Amino acid sequence: MVIINLSSMRNGQTGKVTGVGGGFGLRRRLEALGIRVGVNITKVSGATRRGPVVVRAGNTTVAVGHGMARRIRVEVV
Amino acid sequence: MKILLMGNPNVGKSVIFSRLTGANVIASNYPGTTVEFTRGYMRLNGERVEVIDVPGTYTLEPTSRAEQVAVDMLKEAKDSSDNIVIDVVDATNLERNLNLTLQLLKQDIPILICLNLWDETKHVGIKIDVDKLEEILGVPVIPTCALSGEGIAQLIKRLPDAKSKTYEFDEEDRWSEIGKIVESVEDITHRHHTFLDRLGEASIKPATGIPIAVGILAASFAIIRFIGESLIAYLFEPIFEHLWKPVIIRFSAILGSGGFIHDILVGKLFLLNSETEEFISGIVQTGKMIAGNSVVVKTITGELIPAEVTIDFTQSMGLLSTGLFVPFAMVLPYIIAFYLILSFLEDSGYLPRLGVLLDNFMHRLGLHGLSIIPMLLGLGCNVPGALATRVLETKRERFIAATLMAIAIPCMAQIAMIFGLVGKYGIKGLFPVFGTLFVVWFLLGIAMAKFLPGESPEIFVEIPPYRIPNIRALLKKLWMRTHWFLREAIPFVLLGVFIINVLYSLHVIDFFGRIFSPVVKGVLGLPGEAVAALIIGFLRKDIAIGMLAPLGLSIKQLIISSVVLTMYFPCVATFAVLVKELGVKEMLKSTIIMVLSALLVGGALNLILR
Repeated sequence: MVIINLSSMRNGQTGKVTGVGGGFGLRRRLEALGIRVGVNITKVSGATRRGPVVVRAGNTTVAVGHGMARRIRVEVV
Repeated sequence: MKILLMGNPNVGKSVIFSRLTGANVIASNYPGTTVEFTRGYMRLNGERVEVIDVPGTYTLEPTSRAEQVAVDMLKEAKDSSDNIVIDVVDATNLERNLNLTLQLLKQDIPILICLNLWDETKHVGIKIDVDKLEEILGVPVIPTCALSGEGIAQLIKRLPDAKSKTYEFDEEDRWSEIGKIVESVEDITHRHHTFLDRLGEASIKPATGIPIAVGILAASFAIIRFIGESLIAYLFEPIFEHLWKPVIIRFSAILGSGGFIHDILVGKLFLLNSETEEFISGIVQTGKMIAGNSVVVKTITGELIPAEVTIDFTQSMGLLSTGLFVPFAMVLPYIIAFYLILSFLEDSGYLPRLGVLLDNFMHRLGLHGLSIIPMLLGLGCNVPGALATRVLETKRERFIAATLMAIAIPCMAQIAMIFGLVGKYGIKGLFPVFGTLFVVWFLLGIAMAKFLPGESPEIFVEIPPYRIPNIRALLKKLWMRTHWFLREAIPFVLLGVFIINVLYSLHVIDFFGRIFSPVVKGVLGLPGEAVAALIIGFLRKDIAIGMLAPLGLSIKQLIISSVVLTMYFPCVATFAVLVKELGVKEMLKSTIIMVLSALLVGGALNLILR
């Protein structure tokens, strides 16, 4: 079990969200789209350096900016 | 009584709205299609009830201007006791849709739930126990498939059962409450990835997505040109040439082939079969018809000869000749072609993917990827483009996006006219026009990103699943947009033609031509009469470009005037929307940027081009 942030996940990798850094506003917006602590998410695409990250949570696919992706902590196997 | 349609973005509220009211609104497959509320009416037990299509929102704590509209609408609706909310829920995404539902259930307004996209639950392997959900939440839950109309009758029938505050919970525990509800009503079976799923992933990963995007955009451009040109060559031009022209020529004869009324309605006449194709006004005209299309004309040498006359649809500048030919036979075909392709892309769900791919690039302009959607809409008409900037989160972004669009994105009406006028020179004429506009768009974006204070927020958007566009819905949308174009454009084109005729006959154009000659001639290298096009360009850009046709401009002058006409100022309709969206002060700032950059770029082209 390792905790990394969403931007350093590999494409196709799945993990469980353990925390969202940053302000309350960001957490709320992510929550509303189904990305919150305890949920399994799968990274669909995204470069490791800059650029947006696309992630799937349940039936929802969401694109988030790189800065946001770095604040989402994920536990991967 | 008022009914508010609320829900997450892209759950089909606008389709439900059309079903309930019979009114037509634009619906697409991407979050944020509706940025302003639309009102419509339906009959309920003999009573006329107002229905409002509210922009989508994920929560009742707004993060964009469009979401703010939604929250304000709800606040206003709570004032009256007989208003209700239809909470439209995406059945394939029950969990996160319930987040808004539970927030709505805390409000002091009766709600009922419309479980839309019900047909899609079967494809994605989701089963929902509707009765149980209804029992838990205490409000009616009606499964619907708005696109086919399934369930709408039931929805209307259950409207009186709407209730408020039926579900008590502690705000702190919202997500665990949602988790409990979902667990007890939803059953998910595993499913295999479909072709559309795989395509969805391929088109969003940069390695495969960029080639796909280039292919889609190139194909779209080719198809739009092909459809536009074919409609003109095989349908609209033949109709005007073979059916309408003989009618106008007869009409011209009835009006006596000349005079003020004649010149406004029919416009200038040309000599047919004359080797020089001189204007009839270049010859002293007696105005007597002999027979058919012939009139007696007096040549410069004083000879009286019979001559056959005709009109030229692109040059006569009468209300019934050029005034109709420009909107119907030059612009309309491209409008149809463009909106057919745009509507297809919108309904398929491709546009947010394009936004993700372009995100890095757009950040250089101080915007994020999603701002490509207002830009694409602006290519059709800058008015909906300006409205669509509402999906952007900050004022700074909206300013940059709206200014860039107003300066460097010509609308389809204008593009069609540029094709018509400059297209005959092929790539040699078209590339400098559109290449220059692209460079201006890019450089101005970089400059604004650098000099305007503030950060650009990151992209944050839901990517909808790919859907195969419903042909009937697509054609309906195409018709709505075409109809909107005809209704908005034709009066302005005719007004423009009318004004220009009056201004010419009062010698106002000559006057302005002389006054602005240092700028128009000196800086831009255009003849004084081009001022007429710049004046009419405030009204509408398409007819303004059309007014260049009789001036006998060189290819260089055509390129410069096409670019300057795009950049120098938005048309009056766009201007009005921009003032509303940006405010007077910001718009003034934007206008200064427009005028200065138009002069700068026009002057530079005049120096660079041969």
